[in-house]
Amino acid sequence: MSVRIDTRFKALAREGRAGLVTFLTAGDPDYATSLAIVAALPKAGADVIELGMPFTDPMADGPAIQASSLRALKAGHNTKKTLALVRAFRKGNGDTPIVLMGYYNPIYVYGVEKFLKDAIAAGVDGLIVVDLPPEEDAELCLPALKAGLAFIRLATPTTDDKRLPAVLKNTSGFVYYVSITGITGAAAPETAKVVAAVARIKRHTKLPIAVGFGVRTAEHARAIAEGSDAVVVGSALVDAVRASLDQDNRATAKTIKTVTDLVAALASGVRSARRVAAE
Amino acid sequence: MKVPPNSLRLGPDEHGHFGIYGGRFVAETLMPLVLDLERAYLAAKDDPAFKAEMEGFLTHYVGRPSPLYFAERLTAHLRGAKIYLKRDELNHTGAHKINNVLGQILLARRMGKKRIIAETGAGQHGVATATACARFGLECVVYMGTIDIERQKPNVFRMKLLGAEVRPVTSGSKTLKDAMNEALRDWVTNVETTFYCIGTVAGPHPYPMMVRDFQSVIGREAREQIMQAEGRLPDSLVACIGGGSNAIGLFHPFLDEPNIEIYGVEAAGKGISTGQHAASIGGGKPGVLHGNRTYLLMNDDGQITETHSISAGLDYPGIGPEHSWLYDSGRITFLSATDDEALKAFQLLSTLEGIIPALEPAHALAKVMELAPKKPKNHLMVVNLCGRGDKDIFTVAEHLGGKL
Repeated sequence: MSVRIDTRFKALAREGRAGLVTFLTAGDPDYATSLAIVAALPKAGADVIELGMPFTDPMADGPAIQASSLRALKAGHNTKKTLALVRAFRKGNGDTPIVLMGYYNPIYVYGVEKFLKDAIAAGVDGLIVVDLPPEEDAELCLPALKAGLAFIRLATPTTDDKRLPAVLKNTSGFVYYVSITGITGAAAPETAKVVAAVARIKRHTKLPIAVGFGVRTAEHARAIAEGSDAVVVGSALVDAVRASLDQDNRATAKTIKTVTDLVAALASGVRSARRVAAE
Repeated sequence: MKVPPNSLRLGPDEHGHFGIYGGRFVAETLMPLVLDLERAYLAAKDDPAFKAEMEGFLTHYVGRPSPLYFAERLTAHLRGAKIYLKRDELNHTGAHKINNVLGQILLARRMGKKRIIAETGAGQHGVATATACARFGLECVVYMGTIDIERQKPNVFRMKLLGAEVRPVTSGSKTLKDAMNEALRDWVTNVETTFYCIGTVAGPHPYPMMVRDFQSVIGREAREQIMQAEGRLPDSLVACIGGGSNAIGLFHPFLDEPNIEIYGVEAAGKGISTGQHAASIGGGKPGVLHGNRTYLLMNDDGQITETHSISAGLDYPGIGPEHSWLYDSGRITFLSATDDEALKAFQLLSTLEGIIPALEPAHALAKVMELAPKKPKNHLMVVNLCGRGDKDIFTVAEHLGGKL
């Protein structure tokens, strides 16, 4: 339920630091490894966990996340298994928010009402659905809010002041600012522009603002964290998964550690942000 | 003229919906662009200067109107309906695609866009886009799956000759749907400069409406031409459907004539029961892809499945949303033709009429071969011959094992 997200961001505000949102594709490279990685994320420093629901045609994603989706699908992953993974994670963790990110078709085919019911039962807190702009709110956004899930909307550099109110209207949990015009894992955003954009959105909403797309290193995460409430890292983590696999895309002994090491480095970057700025 | 109370020609609504189909299922980055495009299109549509410019180019550059040709020998051979071919294969660039491209490129110019991107399957839309970009001095990038590049080499070369950059797409199934994914990824990256010229009646609103409007010139002409030739409207219409732009172009001006039978022919590939086909209506169910809700080929988890058709232009797991709506409402009857049936029709038209059809309309002709003999001799059947087969001769030769 969305209350976990609100609680987490309030705690971050009290600590006076930005959060780290980690994105990984559920079921990549296989269910068991994926669950083990996700279970290890909070301890490694993830404040919010974003789980990608694999889709064959991820139009807003770059090559890294496209490939991770195909790996997961090839390993037999599907929407039911993503929900099972969340359920399994919740057995050992009750307070780290989990946000599912994906495309609408698998949810639509699953059945919106059934999906919302099963997602809440599994312990999902929020949804990010890339191809559902405010114009299609009746599809999933409004039913999700009614059911008690946060619906996190993407704001982008093309979302101008005139459009922002419409984008923010039914957004809850936090706002995900897409720092570039482009696909995931592409060019790195310019920090100054991001800071200005976050300030602009803050004039329209009290919700926390997470910034993502193109953040790859601890240093970069630190810089972005100085001007936002949370930093989202996705493609870099997905790349780390891929780099740890064997020739047949199977997990190896180092897969989990490779990812948690990177998360720990990113977390220390994010956590040092405001401290560095204050010194 | 009396307008029927329940017109089928008024869609979509202001949100781009045809019943439950259509819509604007795109990433937020693209939403402002899609809204801009809609405003620009609606303004252009009502502007006499735009209309005049469009008509001028359709006449002098494309070569419209295309003839409505009485296929006398095909008619005699099939011993039934009187068959007319709407000769859109005689258009400049060899297919109906240029009708739509011209409209979109003139619109892009009005919007001040200098860079055009497109996706292509058979290459006909890519060639049409490259042609119009050459004519107006615009930068042109065409996305094409590597499998389609392999089977449509002549069109790849034509696009390059015309000055376009052809970007091979290696993701997913390496065909039309993946080319469309890559074009969308390009658009979301280059929002300021770029106009996305979609080749069929799919994508987010306003594309299905806009492309239909541009293609409806086919049906408007056919209506006038059959009235001149026969003094009455036709009894049936037949067209192939991948995304369905040639089909809706022919059908739309006739939708409110309840006595006219309308047949859409999908690609059954190796047979619907084999799973290796591209018949979204015949073997799919409603879902959301590429900006709209429509019938799609997918598995139980909503994952889009790979398609197969001998015809690259029909090798797409979806169909235009207006077709889905017209199917549900019962207005269009959907049939499908296999690769083998299309190949037979391809040869038949070549030898009987001296017209080599593209493999896409060969699917429509395959069903004409079944439908026409069952109709009386005074039944008027109009078939959209939406493309010429020059691009397909290598594919056909390969399938016939050198028999040609």
